[in-house]
Amino acid sequence: MSEAVAAGGAPARPAQLFDYLLRIADTSLVLAQRLGEWIGHAPAIEEDLGFANTALDLLGQARLLFAYAAEVEGRGRSEDDLAFLREEADYRNATLAELPNGDFGDTIVRQFLIDAYQIVLYGGLRKSRDARLAEIAAKALKETRYHLRYSSNWLVRLGDGTEESHARVQASLDRFWPHTAEFFDADDLDRAVTGAGIAPPVQDLRADWLRQIEPVLAEATLQRPPDAAHRWYGKQGRHSEHLGHLLADLQYLQRAHPGARW
Amino acid sequence: MNAATAGIARTRQILSTVPDPEIPVLSVLDLGIIRSIEETPDGGLRIEVSPTYSGCPATAMIEADIRTALQNAGFPSVQIVEVLSPPWTSEWISAEGHRKLRDYGISPPTAAATPVCPRCGSADTELISEFGSTPCKALHRCHACLEPFDRFKCI
Ligand SMILES: [Zn+2]
Repeated sequence: MSEAVAAGGAPARPAQLFDYLLRIADTSLVLAQRLGEWIGHAPAIEEDLGFANTALDLLGQARLLFAYAAEVEGRGRSEDDLAFLREEADYRNATLAELPNGDFGDTIVRQFLIDAYQIVLYGGLRKSRDARLAEIAAKALKETRYHLRYSSNWLVRLGDGTEESHARVQASLDRFWPHTAEFFDADDLDRAVTGAGIAPPVQDLRADWLRQIEPVLAEATLQRPPDAAHRWYGKQGRHSEHLGHLLADLQYLQRAHPGARW
Repeated sequence: MNAATAGIARTRQILSTVPDPEIPVLSVLDLGIIRSIEETPDGGLRIEVSPTYSGCPATAMIEADIRTALQNAGFPSVQIVEVLSPPWTSEWISAEGHRKLRDYGISPPTAAATPVCPRCGSADTELISEFGSTPCKALHRCHACLEPFDRFKCI
């Protein structure tokens, strides 16, 4: 990971740090919820366990980030309040994470693209000037390496598999690819946290990300799709039509039984 | 031995009896998640604990079990602090922990590319699934005795 965070610059305001933490946490939370939908439906018990365990790691990472975000915000909200009791437009996850599972290959492609992104993101955040975020990133990075190995192995099996499996994962890749532009398209918040030395510059992460995924795509005999204009900004709260349905499921229990405990 | 070190030695002895809820042959000490033990000026204990996996469902239970065991042993004030950095690694599992894992039928985390079968000792094994019955284990199969077995994941 070559990205170093900026040495100086203006410190981020608490509201900016809060929003930025939600971007990372929400991507993990929403992806965990999607993976959880596979439980009991995966093609084999091993894949049921694989998705469930990955979801559990993502949820654990999200919890650490929500707990920190709640402290930064300082308004008495808990990690549960942040996870379960916000409105759709207040979620800041990357749009790709909320897209429906589709078939097993679709889920693997989505996972692979996000795993590789989280590897480079956490790799950069590990050196954040924000010590708490740096230690969460260091912890998450170790788990994410395992996730990427799992999704990469499956992508190679499917891409370099039968004619049918190859065609299907190539189509998934073509469909999901434009959504990855959002990861690396810096907006005002990204520039603010980068300037404060909290986060690596997102536009520079792309080269590292490509270095993670290109060898796997080659082994999987898949073509890297051409870059395309994108119009999804989940990280700014502008989501696809799919997030609302996901949140209805995610939030149902807390909304129906506020403060419910096991 | 002064009074402080005696209290810490006793605390370690008690912690060596607190099992990991998911692999109960291992104590929390064997698992390497106890980062420090200190006596506080008011006569209480401050214990730093690191989670194995950030999503490990057993983390809260482990903290509750530690607290209960120490309170039952006469330490009323126990402060447990979660420490993330540096992140826990399977290399912190003790030699005693490795032995207990093998006896229990789980291949311990080693650098070897293919783990040794905990039942028959053969190294002729293959990975079945990267993820096993708990976040910390992967599933393997032994070609010699044909039995499947869990391996503690290297992380
Ligand atoms: Zn064997």
